[in-house]
Amino acid sequence: MGILTTFKDWFGNDWGVHPDDRKRPAADAAVRVMPVPERLWLPLQQHLGAPARPVVLVGQRVKKGQLLAEAQGAVSAPVHAPTSGTVAAIAEITAPHPSGLTLPAIVVDADGADEWGERVGCADPFALAPDEIGRRVAAAGVVGLGGAAFPSSVKLAGAARAGVATLIVNGSECEPYLSCDDRLMRDAAAAIVDGIRIMRHASGAARVLVGIEDNKPEALAAMAAAAASCAEIRVCRVPARYPMGSEKQLIQALSGIEVPADSRPADVGVIVHNVGTALAVRAAIRDGQPLISRLLTVNGGCVVAPGNIEVRLGTLAADVLAFAGGLHGDGLGLARRLLGGPMMGMQIPHWRVPVVKGTSGILALAADEAAAGDADPCIRCASCVRACPVGLLPLEMSARIRNDALDAAAALGLADCIACGCCAYVCPSRIPLVQYFQHAKGELAARERARLRTDATRKLAAQRQERLAREASEKAAAAARRKAERAAQQSAAEKLVQGEPA
Amino acid sequence: MNPNAFAAAPVASPHAHGGGSVARTMRHVQLALLPATLHGFWLYGWPSFLLWLLTILACVGWEALALRLAGGRRVGAVLHDGSALLTGWLLAMTLPPWAPWWVAVVGGFIAIVVGKQVFGGLGQNVFNPAMVARVALLVSFPLPLTQWVAPLAQPAPGFVDALQRFLGGAPVPDAMTSATLLGHARTELSRGVDLMQVLAGAPPSSLSWLGERAGSFGEAGALLLLAGGGYLLAVGVIRWHAPFAVLAGLAVPAAIAHAVDPARYLDAGSHLLSGAAMLGAFFIATDYVTSPSTVPGRLLFGAGVGLLTWIIRSWGGYPEGMAFAVLLMNALTPTIDRCVRPRILGRDRRGRPLDLPPGSPRQ
Repeated sequence: MGILTTFKDWFGNDWGVHPDDRKRPAADAAVRVMPVPERLWLPLQQHLGAPARPVVLVGQRVKKGQLLAEAQGAVSAPVHAPTSGTVAAIAEITAPHPSGLTLPAIVVDADGADEWGERVGCADPFALAPDEIGRRVAAAGVVGLGGAAFPSSVKLAGAARAGVATLIVNGSECEPYLSCDDRLMRDAAAAIVDGIRIMRHASGAARVLVGIEDNKPEALAAMAAAAASCAEIRVCRVPARYPMGSEKQLIQALSGIEVPADSRPADVGVIVHNVGTALAVRAAIRDGQPLISRLLTVNGGCVVAPGNIEVRLGTLAADVLAFAGGLHGDGLGLARRLLGGPMMGMQIPHWRVPVVKGTSGILALAADEAAAGDADPCIRCASCVRACPVGLLPLEMSARIRNDALDAAAALGLADCIACGCCAYVCPSRIPLVQYFQHAKGELAARERARLRTDATRKLAAQRQERLAREASEKAAAAARRKAERAAQQSAAEKLVQGEPA
Repeated sequence: MNPNAFAAAPVASPHAHGGGSVARTMRHVQLALLPATLHGFWLYGWPSFLLWLLTILACVGWEALALRLAGGRRVGAVLHDGSALLTGWLLAMTLPPWAPWWVAVVGGFIAIVVGKQVFGGLGQNVFNPAMVARVALLVSFPLPLTQWVAPLAQPAPGFVDALQRFLGGAPVPDAMTSATLLGHARTELSRGVDLMQVLAGAPPSSLSWLGERAGSFGEAGALLLLAGGGYLLAVGVIRWHAPFAVLAGLAVPAAIAHAVDPARYLDAGSHLLSGAAMLGAFFIATDYVTSPSTVPGRLLFGAGVGLLTWIIRSWGGYPEGMAFAVLLMNALTPTIDRCVRPRILGRDRRGRPLDLPPGSPRQ
C-alpha cells in the first residue's frame, strides 16, 4: 500500500475486513477430476434471468454437450448434457438455495461412454466478428462463474454496444476458503490469457486489467508470465481485503473509476469478468465446448481431504463430498453446509443439492468456524461503519428496521447495500445485520409491488368511471338530439298541416 | 453418512465471524485501566481500594437489580458482558480516593439506574453513565467530592483503620489533605494571586510525571492512563480520532492562552496531565454508546470535549470541567451523527448518484 492509501486509511477509508482466509492447504493441493456419477440433475435455472426451456424428451438418448434446454428471453442461458446417456426424467430437485424449495431439473443417467456430440470449434477466434463470438458464447451457456451467474454473452454484447474501454478480469477471489480461481490461474494461466484476449476482442475493450489479491503470489506470477507477451493485458496486484472481488470495489481499486450508484459498469466504460469465465469462453470458442463442468473448492473443518475438484454440472454435493474423502466422523461435528464462500455463500438444508454453474465451493464448516451465538444489544461501537465498503451506517439502518421504519432505513441507503456481510462479520454483539437488511429489502420490494398493483387497479377503476360517465353523457346527448329531431319533425308536420308556405 | 442429518433452520450469511464480543472489548478496557489503578492503590492506600471495590460492586448490584425489576431473563448473561463493572471502575477513577462508602453506593445508583437502565440498558443511554454519576455527586455533595488526600499520606492507615474510616465517613484529617493543581490554581487566582507566583511556590512534585500528587483516584496516573490508551489503540478497541481531538482541543487553546497571558492561564502540559484529561480522552470520549459513529463525527466530538473542558477550567465555576464537557457533547452526539455521515460509494454527499466521469460511453 502506498503512502496515500495509508493516509486515507487513517481517516476512515479502510473499508472491508481481513478474515482469516483459510485457503491453504486446499489451494496447494493438485486439482482432482471427479469421474462422472451415474446420475446428474441439471436445474433449468442455473443463471440470472429466465429459466431455460427443455428441448429433449424423457427416454431420449443424448450425447455429451448436446442441448438439453434452450435459453428463453433476452437474459437467459441454455443447459447442456454434461455426459452422454439417457434423459431419465424431468423432475424436481432441491434448489441450491437456503429455502430448501425445489426447482425443475433434467435428470440424465450416464451411459459411461462420455461420448461427445458434434462440436464446432474455431482455430482463429480473432477472425470472427465480435457479435459472432457473443452468439457462440450464448449458445455454449457460459455464465459468470464468480458466483452471480449472469449470462456472459449479454455482458459482452452490452459492452460492445456501449463501447467500453476497459475489460477487468476478476481474479481476486476474496471469499475465504475458496481457491478454485487461484488454482485455475496457477494451472491454466496461458489458456486464461487466451480466453481474456477472446473476450477483449468480443467486447471491443482497449485495455485489460487483471486484478489478483496479494495472498495468491503463485497465481500472480503465473498470470504475469502468461500475459507478458500481451501489451494490452496488465496483471495487477491488489491488497487482500474482503470484498475486493465485488464489482464496484474492484473497478475502483484497479481503474480508480467510481461507478455512480444508478449506473452499471458499462456506463463508465468498464466490464468485469471472472477468470473462470475467461476459461469457459475460450473452451466455447476454440473447441466448441459448452459449459458442462467447473472447478470448485471443497473445504471446511469437517472435510477430510480439502481441495479443488473438477466436477460435471449436475453432480450432487453429496457425491462430490464422498469423492473428496467424506467428512470427519461421518459429519458428526458438522455445524453448517454451505454453497459458495462463508461471507456470501448460502446455507443448504442437506447435501442432495446439485452443483450448478455458479457453485464455486462446497463448504462443511465445523462448529468453531461457523458464526453462532445469540445477538447482544448494539453498543454502537461503529465497527460496522468502519467495515462497510459502501459507506453505509449499518447500526443506524438495523435500528430503524427493528422498529419497522423501513422507509427511514431506505433513506439511509439500504438499496446501496451489497450484502457482503462485513458488518455482521465484525459485529461484537453478533447482530445478524445482513438478515435485517435482506428482510427489509424484500419487504420494501413487496410493498412496492403492492403499491404498483394498487395504482394499476385505481387507474383501471378511474378509467371505468370515466368510460361510464362518457357513455352516460353520450347517451344523454343522443337522447337530446333525438328529442330535438322529433320536435323539429313535429313542428314541420304541424306547419304542413296548417298549410303555411314553407 | 446420512445426508439429512442436522437439518437446521437456515441462517443468513455471513457464516463466519471475526470473533469479537462485547465482553472481550470490556476486558481489554479493564486491562488498560489496571496500571493506573494499581498506581492509585499505591498512592492512596487501603481506603482507595475499598472505594474502588465498593463502587464496582454497587454498579454490578444495581445493574442486577434493575435487570431483575425489568423482568429480563438473561440477568446473568447481561452481567457477564462486563459493562457495569467497567462503569463502576471508571466512576471510581474519578472519585476522591478517600471518599466514604455511601458515595460509592449512591454513585453506582446514579450511574447504572439513572444513567443507563432507565434509557433501556446497554447501548441505549444518551449520556456516559460514569460522568452522569460523577457530575450528580459533585453537584449534590460538594464537600466529600472535593476532599483530596495527599499522595502517600503518612501515617498510611492499615486495613482495619481504613475500613473504619471508609464506613464511618470521617473527613480526611486536615494534615493529610492537599489541593489539586487545578483547584489550587483556581483558588489562588480568585484571591488575585497570579499563576507565576502560585506555581513558583508549589512543590515540584505537583507536576511530576510520576504523578505523586493530589487528585481523583485516577488523576495522578495520567501517564499510566496514556499507556493504557496506547494499549487500547494497539488492540484496536478504540481509534485515535476521539482521544487525539480531545487532547488537541484542550492543549491548543491552553497553549495559545498561556503564551498570551501566563499569569492568568495554565500551560498546556499542566492541562494535559491534570484532572481527568487522559482518562477523559482515552476512556470516556471513546465510549462507543455515547460518542458519534463516524470518523469526522468523532474528531468533532473530541475537539468539542477538549475545548469545553479548557473553557470550564479557565472561566467556569469548577476547577475541572471534563465531566461537564463530556455530558454536553454527549447531548450533541445524536445531532452530530445525523449531520455527519459517510459518503455512500457512487453517490455525492447529499446522496445523489455521481455524474458519469467525462469520456464515459453513456453520456
